[in-house]
Amino acid sequence: MSGRVLVGVKRVIDYAVKIRVKPDNSCVVTDGVKHSMNPFCEIAVEEAVKMKEKKLIKEVVVVSCGPQQVMETIRTALAMGADRGIHVEVTGKDYENLGPLQVSKIMAALAKKEEALLVILGKQAIDDDCNQTGQMTAALLDWPQGTFASELSMEGDKIKVVREIDGGLETVKINTPAVITADLRLNTPRYATLPNIMKAKKKKIANVKPADLGVDITSRLEVLRVDEPAQREAGVKVETVDDLMARLKEAGRI
Amino acid sequence: MATIGPLARIARLGSSICRNHRLSFNRSTQRRGIASCVDPSHGLTDEQKEFQKMAFDFAANEMAPHMSEWDQKEIFPVETMRKAAQLGFGGIYVQPEVGGSGLSRLDTSIIFEALSTGCVSTTAYISIHNMCAWMIDTFGNNEQRERFCPDLCLMDKFASYCLTEPGSGSDAASLLTTAQLKGDHYIVNGSKAFISGGGDTDVYIVMCRTGGKGPKGISCLVVEKGTPGLSFGKKEKKVGWNSQPTRAVIFEDCAVPVINRLGEEGQGFNMAMRGLNGGRINIASCSLGAAHASVQLARDHLLVRKQFGETLSNNQYLQFKLAEMATKLVASRLMVREAATALQENRSDAVSLCSMAKLFATDECFNICNDALQMHGGYGYLKDYAVQQFVRDIRVHQILEGTNEVMRMIISRNLLTES
Repeated sequence: MSGRVLVGVKRVIDYAVKIRVKPDNSCVVTDGVKHSMNPFCEIAVEEAVKMKEKKLIKEVVVVSCGPQQVMETIRTALAMGADRGIHVEVTGKDYENLGPLQVSKIMAALAKKEEALLVILGKQAIDDDCNQTGQMTAALLDWPQGTFASELSMEGDKIKVVREIDGGLETVKINTPAVITADLRLNTPRYATLPNIMKAKKKKIANVKPADLGVDITSRLEVLRVDEPAQREAGVKVETVDDLMARLKEAGRI
Repeated sequence: MATIGPLARIARLGSSICRNHRLSFNRSTQRRGIASCVDPSHGLTDEQKEFQKMAFDFAANEMAPHMSEWDQKEIFPVETMRKAAQLGFGGIYVQPEVGGSGLSRLDTSIIFEALSTGCVSTTAYISIHNMCAWMIDTFGNNEQRERFCPDLCLMDKFASYCLTEPGSGSDAASLLTTAQLKGDHYIVNGSKAFISGGGDTDVYIVMCRTGGKGPKGISCLVVEKGTPGLSFGKKEKKVGWNSQPTRAVIFEDCAVPVINRLGEEGQGFNMAMRGLNGGRINIASCSLGAAHASVQLARDHLLVRKQFGETLSNNQYLQFKLAEMATKLVASRLMVREAATALQENRSDAVSLCSMAKLFATDECFNICNDALQMHGGYGYLKDYAVQQFVRDIRVHQILEGTNEVMRMIISRNLLTES
């Protein structure tokens, strides 16, 4: 095994931005809007860099799919300590339609090509909240998966993953190579330091196209319409619990 | 959790709890989401945008949540500043071989502007500390640079700059603190006033008189805390800049080794003036950050506050006022960045441009913050709201690093002297 970890990072609209839907309801406005690395991807990068610092792995390769702008996101990861980057170039309509299925095909192809020991992804992206890429990548590779990881430890050639699930915490031990998806409490991402930002300039970012990896990125989904959530309506105050029960029954809630 | 809705909300909540982010909306002094005419990342290189983003993140997470407490309790945030130093903020324009980050004046301006949105007072102190580290790096010999700079760049030791005295502020060259050579020591007598960090810092860059009257008699000594004869006055009570202590620094037969003198005797004043050029850009940059944060706060308030049946943002006077504030902010920013570029390129107009930029930016940014406070109405006057702290903190920028009146002296001298 190469001791190499592949980390996928996604460039998304910054979490602090107030999003607006385009007037034609086709999609969310992205032009001129502040973008940054998906917060869960930051956690994934941090975990990989930590593993390298503990000498558990040898190299952190960061991957992002999209147009020229995703280079910013790759560079941020390099400034956090990743060793090199791969920019998978996807532009225009292809980029608009790029979803978890396409990305997971790309990640699977790269994982094989780079002989990765681990693929670490964020559990979901904050723009589409799909929570699918990690799971699909593992399925395509037929690798074990440790999703919603809040704690990771290497034990020989296996990985112990503590997962955050609805019922609490679940610990699994899986073989490597494996796919991990990072959850919120896995770690606290570091700030890039000024020297690391400057060092990152010298790190290499390779450019590939999906076709070079033999991946077909045609989408199987068509977005028909995007709407804002319904405006929140005023609530109603009731005097007694009986009243409350009656109202809830009326509204068909119970 | 079958539906997407709750997942999205939890994901967003989850990602907003990430890194202990701001908890209450009206304390939010920093919105990374604004991509608008006042976005400070316009025109920057990719690398500068990275520095800036990192500084903004640090300011939002590590400084802004504490800005009010540091001000009200007068806390000198040593731990937070050390965290900043870990990221390279302790010696931003100091050479890397002695522990600095080796960045340009423009990079430095961008960084201080971003940090200032988190806390002006702390950022201003960090900039003073940086100037001291730079002075030793630039004017010291290799022995001095290696002795002092690494600790300063990591903020294992903190520095203060001592030029002003009770009797000499604008007329700095008339300073009276004397340093008499006796063997291999200077015996220093006198006192310095309004020293930022004084009493809590470890290394003091002191301008004192080793020779005759006027600028040519001034030399620069590095005095370390704990030296016998070095004492401090009471901590001053200030209107702002409360996260840094300000004290008089008193020298009574204080013996400072000759090896602590930077450069030759008589070069001190020159060093001071060169240091001030950069210092002026740094202080102006801090004003920019405060004004930027205040414009964001004012904008957010106008969009939320309703009177007479509609939000204040529908009021044309306030719309125009906000536009004027934004315009002055961008104008100030352009001047400061141009001055930084001129300084690092050693252009002939660097000194006057630094003075002009300091004059313009500190005045305009104070007005911007003040206008932002006004837009908040009564709420602007409450300490629960950050805008009043920005106003109080940057008020002093029109006074120190050379008063804005002295800036006018420098500029008019440049205009009226026959070349």
